[in-house]
This record gives sequence, structure tokens and C-alpha cells, in this order.
Amino acid sequence: MSHLPLSRRGFLRGTAGLAGVTALSSLPLAARAADKLTVGFIYVGAKDDYGYNQSHAEGAAALKSMPGVTVVEEEKVAETVDVTKTMESMINFDGATLLFPTSFGYFDPFILELAPKYKTVRFEHCGGLWTDKDPKNVGSYFGYIDMAVYLNGICAGHATKSKKIGFVAAKPIPQVLENINCFLLGARAVDPSITCQVIFTGEWSMPVKEAEATNALCDAGCDVITAHVDGPKVVMQTAAGRGAYICGYHANQSALAPDKYLTGAEWNWGKVYTDFLTKVMAGGTIDNFVRGGLAEGFVKMSPLGPAVSDAARKQFADTQAAILKGGFSVFKGPMKDNTGKEVIPAGKVYLETDVALESMNYLVEGVLGSTS
Amino acid sequence: MTDQAMARAQRRSGVDGLAPLARRAEGVVLPLGALAAGLALFGLLLLALGKSPVEFYALVYKAGFGTAFSWANTLSRAAPLLFAALCVALPARLGLVVIGGEGAIVLGGTATGALGVWLGGVPPALALPLMAAAGAAVGALWIGAVGALRHYRGVNETIASLLMAYIGIALMNHLIEGPLRDPASLNKPSTAPLPDALRVGDIPGMDVHWGLVVALVCCVLTWVLIERTTWGFAARIAGDNVRAAQVQGLPVGRLILGFTALGGAFAGLAGFFEVAAVQGSANASLAAGYGYTGILIAFLARQNPLAVIPVALLLAGFEASSGLVQRRMDLPDATILVLKAVVFVVILVSDTLYGRFRLFAPERWRRS
Amino acid sequence: MTDLGLWAVPVAILGGAIRVSTPFLFVSLGEVLTERAGRINLGLEGTLVFGAMAGYAVAYESGSAWAGVLAAALAGVIFGLLHGLICSLPKVNDIAIGIALMLLGTGLAFFFGTPYVQPVAPRLPAIDLGFWSGIPQVQAALTVNVLFLAGIALALGMAWMLRATRVGLILRVVGDSTDAARAMGLRPNAIRIGATAAGGAFAGVAGAYLSLFYPGAWSQGVSSGQGLMAVALVIFARWNPLNCVWAALLFGGAGALGPALQSVGLSEGYYLYYAAPYVLTLGVLIATSSPNRATAGAPGELSITK
Repeated sequence: MSHLPLSRRGFLRGTAGLAGVTALSSLPLAARAADKLTVGFIYVGAKDDYGYNQSHAEGAAALKSMPGVTVVEEEKVAETVDVTKTMESMINFDGATLLFPTSFGYFDPFILELAPKYKTVRFEHCGGLWTDKDPKNVGSYFGYIDMAVYLNGICAGHATKSKKIGFVAAKPIPQVLENINCFLLGARAVDPSITCQVIFTGEWSMPVKEAEATNALCDAGCDVITAHVDGPKVVMQTAAGRGAYICGYHANQSALAPDKYLTGAEWNWGKVYTDFLTKVMAGGTIDNFVRGGLAEGFVKMSPLGPAVSDAARKQFADTQAAILKGGFSVFKGPMKDNTGKEVIPAGKVYLETDVALESMNYLVEGVLGSTS
Repeated sequence: MTDQAMARAQRRSGVDGLAPLARRAEGVVLPLGALAAGLALFGLLLLALGKSPVEFYALVYKAGFGTAFSWANTLSRAAPLLFAALCVALPARLGLVVIGGEGAIVLGGTATGALGVWLGGVPPALALPLMAAAGAAVGALWIGAVGALRHYRGVNETIASLLMAYIGIALMNHLIEGPLRDPASLNKPSTAPLPDALRVGDIPGMDVHWGLVVALVCCVLTWVLIERTTWGFAARIAGDNVRAAQVQGLPVGRLILGFTALGGAFAGLAGFFEVAAVQGSANASLAAGYGYTGILIAFLARQNPLAVIPVALLLAGFEASSGLVQRRMDLPDATILVLKAVVFVVILVSDTLYGRFRLFAPERWRRS
Repeated sequence: MTDLGLWAVPVAILGGAIRVSTPFLFVSLGEVLTERAGRINLGLEGTLVFGAMAGYAVAYESGSAWAGVLAAALAGVIFGLLHGLICSLPKVNDIAIGIALMLLGTGLAFFFGTPYVQPVAPRLPAIDLGFWSGIPQVQAALTVNVLFLAGIALALGMAWMLRATRVGLILRVVGDSTDAARAMGLRPNAIRIGATAAGGAFAGVAGAYLSLFYPGAWSQGVSSGQGLMAVALVIFARWNPLNCVWAALLFGGAGALGPALQSVGLSEGYYLYYAAPYVLTLGVLIATSSPNRATAGAPGELSITK
């Protein structure tokens, strides 16, 4: 064996190789404590829509003050080849290594097809259901906002005089159906005779239809109204204009009608994104499957409005405390859907974290409307 | 007019060999000049807003045409636009203004998705052409119906096609959320995903799907159809004057049905590629507005199927650059919309300059 | 609130017709004016969207909704003038320019409208025509905006103007034959520019109605193609202002059908109910058309019907 010293070049090559090994072993990309990181946010609508997209954009804005973090954003990116190319453009031109495509429809096929091509980039998708079979550099996160909507329902249940509350919904998909059900179940926790009328507009953003739907609900006698569309401003304004109470969604809409606004279910993406980035900048990775609710600070409630009665405040506070404590469930058997079919057998209890709830396809008994 | 007659006419007007070249040059130089003028005008707007036009155009070039990735981006976006533009340009030959290609695209895509699921086990060599044929057939029926309404009932094709576009989108939404919905498609209602074997892939060595090639071939074939065949010639006569065409015994009805149906078939093919190459299933994202962009392209290309190609590329390039411009210059998404509009207004205004310059009119060279 | 049962549907259709029809009415009246002079302005959708933004912005900044309406009308005049002037150049295609201006209006509105999505601007006042009824739903349906009444008055005025006044005659002559107009010593281009500018103003007001009354907020989605649809309704209305009123009411009322049916429990296949206005319009169009008079009532100089 020779004791000749390694040539300088050979030595360098050796250490470079070692560095490579360490980089690989410490897991994909952002695993190294980064001092600089470019994060890309992609929105399906205008980023100031007073609703869903704005809630994410505000979350992204919270990152801009973090040292070493550069945020790049693009709005109105369609769920077509548009989003594939936008993600690639952020990777190629901006050097983004962490992407937050925030619309549900970006997940399959666009993120799932692009991720294997850019293995060093992390794709964090909002709303998706990541499973073991999906690429490892993809993750999905979402908030259990249904419990916040349940609290909306409690305030609605106390406020309604006609015992009929209304819901303007975009499309009959699981996220929306779950919110509708929770809104009614919250109200029924106050008075089991309450019913909830739902009207689907079929579009995520279509102000005239949303206004028409709101008017139709008011005509049908609903006196508390909430919505699940991308920008609920029009629903809130129209409902308040017709004298109904309103519960907000996505963001705090109390400024639109302070005396009619009971409370609202809001996203809190600023906290979520800050937590994610703090972890990444410290050398950690974001888990592939992240969920959180009121307790984790993923969602929050708007401050209660002046129209919320003392009895309502008490039940609201008690329920909120129970939710924060954990183990609270609203989907427990026996439960029937509004066609009379049993959807949850007696004895079965779904906690808010149960993945089964994320494929909900029914409206519970007491909701007036149909899922197709 | 036969070639011989054309040659005779040329000789009569005393034009030498340079003349056709000069006329063609006019058709290239004027639009390019107008493009430059439009870009300059938008640059002034940027200056007024305190943004640098130089930086802006450097970014547009880089993201639209500057790198291999940029070209892939631009070309991918161009593919559906080419089909959509043909759906406008073909009926326009007959003087028909069809603005409802969007309906044919979404229904063609829906048909593709539904059939693809059903053809699961069939070999791709058979199944893919069948799916493409289904998409094209549905599109042809949809826009052909507009032509039929026009011919047999005298219903204005512009309003009928627009109404049918809205109806088509509603029908697609109904089908994918109702009868055709895959129960496993949770928060985005879709038909069941196509099996991998029935997905259309990329052109080898490029990050662009085969739809682009097919679209380009369709543009060329359409040009041949309307410029080099008797059908195209007859269509032009009918487009200029329906009564004269009828007096001459031209089959106006068949022309209208044929041209609208063919245009619709192209739009249906756009839907086929959106589903088979991009989406992997039929869903609401099919209504992406390609049909409406196609109207703009066709009119800018003066309804010429070959001119549709550069116009679609330019437009797709602008759209491809939208993101980088947003990110680097802190401009809203609508910036590219305004750029497109300004450039297109100026190009359309430049139509008035045709024949104004002696340089392009050889018959006037001698007199100088 | 009274439970109206199935009566809720006709009440909702009545209310919807009044609420939703106004933008269609204004745009189609504006387009009638323009087309009667022999030009097509397909760009009124862009004018409407820009008017919605400009109206909302000015109403918010000034605190007066009417100032917003005025600003929207002025913006409409500018877009109309632009279209009119450009199309006066020889060889320029008015349909193509319209499409490009549609893009320009929409683009500029989105570009400059960002800061006004969040703020709340003052709304246009409404007149309570349902005071006689004890039923809240009927009261709500008959809460009519001033612009709706103005639109109906405008339609009546325009019908009279076109039929019985010199201005109407001039407009019709110019629209039917450029040569005849010249022979009468008229300047067709100047008249067409004026008609397009006025048409633009109407479309601007239609936009202001959307953002300042119903649905009453500015956002990028405020128009769902009302401007484009209304231009198409002009053909449906056979260039007659009074028919525009019926067309707009029919379209608006049919649009209310979807939500109303859902509210009484008919909710399966709701997309198909939402297509009702389009299906109904197409149906009426097919029923009333005939191959022999494809362009009955159409101005002779109109490029779309030549």
C-alpha cells in the first residue's frame, strides 16, 4: 500500500463526492439548512378576490419578511397546461425549489406528472390527498375548516327566527358538502328542527348567479346565510341587504355588514406557511401529509358580531373549547342523509381528522338540496 | 379562375415577375411594422406607469421565445389555439361569423373522455383514432348544427353559435358531475382517468404533445382546401354573394354544412387533445377559453389558415411570458391582456394601409 | 317571511327578470343604435367591464354612485369613439376591431381595477314599487333600480326616435345605404362615429349597474359575458328597441329559473336549469326565423348580415 499523498485534485473530487452523499442522505432538497430559498405561489384566480385566493396570497405575504426567503407569485393560472408551464417557469427562471400550487385541480394530473421530472423541487399542494403511491417530493396540506363552519352553524342556529338557514355553494364536491353538513349540524345543536336550504351555482366565481342564489334563499325564507364560493363578498352584501344575518367564509367579511355579521370561518395560511418555511430554513422537511384545524391554528373564527346573543356566545365558547381539546366529533352514527339512507351506522364516530370525511358525497338529513 | 387565366390577367396588367413578390412582401412587412408599432405603443404605456419597457420586452422574449423551455411553453399553448382558430376561419370563408367554438371544444373533449374510459382494453392504435374521431364528430355535429340552422331556418350563425357554446358548457358540466362522473374524482368532478396507454404523448425530443403537429397539418390542409380546390373556390363565391352562387348552381347548402362541420371537427380535435394529452380525463377545465382566443387569432390572420400559425405562436408566446412578467416586474396578470389588445388593435388598424405604399405596388413603379 | 310554496318560482322569475335584465337592456339598446347606423361593435363586453370598474372606482373615490354612472358612461363614450374612428378608416374590419377592443376594455379594467375589489362603494338607490304588497318576497322582487326604469324609458324613446324623428331617419338611411346617405348630403362616417360613441355610453352604464347595484361589487368576474350576449340579443330583437326590452326580460327571467327551482327543491341537474336562458333564446330564435327572411329588419350596411 502506497503512502503517497493524494493529489490535490483527487482529494477535492473525494470530498465533493462525500458532500454529495451527505446531501442525498439527508433527504430531498430542502433538507439542508438553506440560507436562501425561492418559494413559488400559484393561484387559480385573482389574488385579491376577497376570498380563497386572497387568503393564500396573504399567507404568502407573511413570508416576505423572512430572511433568505424570496416569494414569487402568479395569479389566474388555469388548471390546464398553464399550471404545468407556470411551475416549470418558476423552477427554470426563478430557481424556485418549493412550490405552493394552491388550487385543488392542480394536483392530478399536473403536479403528479411534473414532480418526477424535478426531483429536487418540493411540490406542496393545498387540498390534495397525498398517498404513499404518489411522488415523494409531493406533499399535500389542508385545514379542517368544517369545525369552524360548525361554529358558524351554532351562531346561525341561535340567530334564525324562521328556523331555516341558507347556503350558497359552488359545486357539490366533498369539501363543500362537508361544510354544508357542518353548518346545519351546528345549527341543529341549538335547535334540531332547523333546516338548511342549499343552492349550487355551479361555478367558483360567478357574482350574478351568487346574488340570484342569495335572493332565492331569502325568498325561500332563509334568514341566516353563508357561502362556499371563491369570493363570498357578493353573497354577504346581498344577504345583508335583504335583512338576513351572515356568516363569513375564507376571510373576515364583517366590514361588509358589521351589524349582520355573526362570525366567520377563516383560513389562517399566514401561520401555516410561516411554520412550513421556518422548518425548511432550519433544515427540516415538511411532512407529505399535513392537516390541521382550529387547534393547530390552520383556521380561525372571525370575532363574534354584535348580533350574537349571550346564549349563543356561551354555546359557541363551550363548543370551541371542546374542539380545541380534541376528540370532538359531529359526524357520528346513526346518521341519515337527506334521502333517508343511513350514511353512518350507529356506534361509528368520525373525528375531524378522519380521511374518510374527505370523500363525503352526501347531504345530511335536514339539508334541502341534492348532490347532483 | 384557372391558372392560365390568372397568368393572362397578370400579363394584361403588365406586371413583371417581381410583382407577386412585392405584393406578398406587403402582407408580411405591414403586419410586422404594425407589430413593432403596437409594441412601442404599449412600451409608452409602461413608461407612463414607471416601468421599463426594455426590461419588459426582454422578459417577454426570454419567457416566450428565448430558451428551449420557453418554446415548449409557447408551442404547448399554441396547439389548441390553432384548432380553435380554424373553427372560425373555415366558416368565415363563406362569410359566416362563428364565435362558438368553445362549445365544440368542451363537448369534443367530453366525448373523448367518455369513450376512452369505455375503450379501456382496446389497443391504442385502434382506440386513439376512435377517440379522436368521436371528439371531431361531436364538434362537427355541434358547429354543423349552427350551419344547418343557418341554412335551413335562417337563424343567424353568430348568435346561434354563442348560445350553443353556453349550452355546450352547461351540458359538459352536467355530464361530468352527473352521469359520466367518476365517483373517485373527489373535489374536481371528472370522468374516470384514461388508462396510460390511451394518453397522447409528447413529440420525441420536445416537451410538446402531438396535438401541435396535427394542428399544423390541419392548418396546411385547410389552406389547400380553400385555396386550391373547387370547393374552396365555390365557398369564396358563396361567401361574396350567396344569390350569385345559387344562380350559378353552386351547392350552397352543402358548402355551409360542410365548412361549419369541418370547423367544428377541428374544435372537437382540440378537445380530444386537451383530454388525451393534457388533462387525462374530461372535466370543467376544458372550458379554458381557447374557443374565444381562436376568434381573435382567425380575425388577425384575416381568416387565412396559414397566417393563423404565426399569429397563434405570437399570442401563445405572449401568454407564456405572462408569469415571468408578473413575478419580475410586479405587474398584474392583466398586463399581457392589455399588451395583446394594444398590439392587435394596431395590427388591425394597419389593414387600412394596404395599397397605400408604392413600394408594394409594382404597377406603379414604372410611372415613377 | 311568508312561505310561498311553488309561487316562489314565478315571484323569483319576476324579480330576477327585473334585477338581471338591466345590463342586457342597456348594452343591446346601445348596440341597436350602433348597428342601425351600419356598424357592429362586438367590443361592448369590454366597454361594459371597463365601465363596471371605472364606475365603481369613481363612486368609491367620490362617494357618489351617480358620479360613478357618469364616469362609466364617459368611459363608454371613449371606447365607442375609438371603435368609431378606427372603423372609419378604409378596409378596417369592424368585427375584428370589436373583438380587439373587447380585450382592451377587459384588460385595462383588470389592470387598474385591482385596488377596488375590497372597498365598498356606495350603491345606486332603488325604488320600492312593491309597497302595496304585504308579502316580503314580492316587495323584494319589486325593489326596482332607477336604471331599469331609465332603460325602459330609453327603449321607448329610441323606438319613437327611430320611427318618427329626423335623427332616426338619418340613422336609418346611413345604416341602410352609404351611397344614399351621401346623396342626401350626409356624412356617414361622422354619424356612425356618433352612434358608436352613444352605444358605448350605454354599455358603460350597463357596467356601472353591475358593479354599483346588482350584484353590486367590482371583481374580475363581475361580467359573465353579459356584454357579448346582449350584442347577440340585438339580432334576436331584430334591431328593434322595444324588442330589446322583451329579450332582456326573457333572458333575465330565465336566468332566475335555476336558483328558484333549487330553492323549492328541484335541484337535480341544476346545470341544465342554468342553461335555460340560452336554450330558451335559441328556441325562440329558431321558431321565429325563416330561411326566406334571414336578415329581416337588418340595416343594409351591416357587415354581419350582408
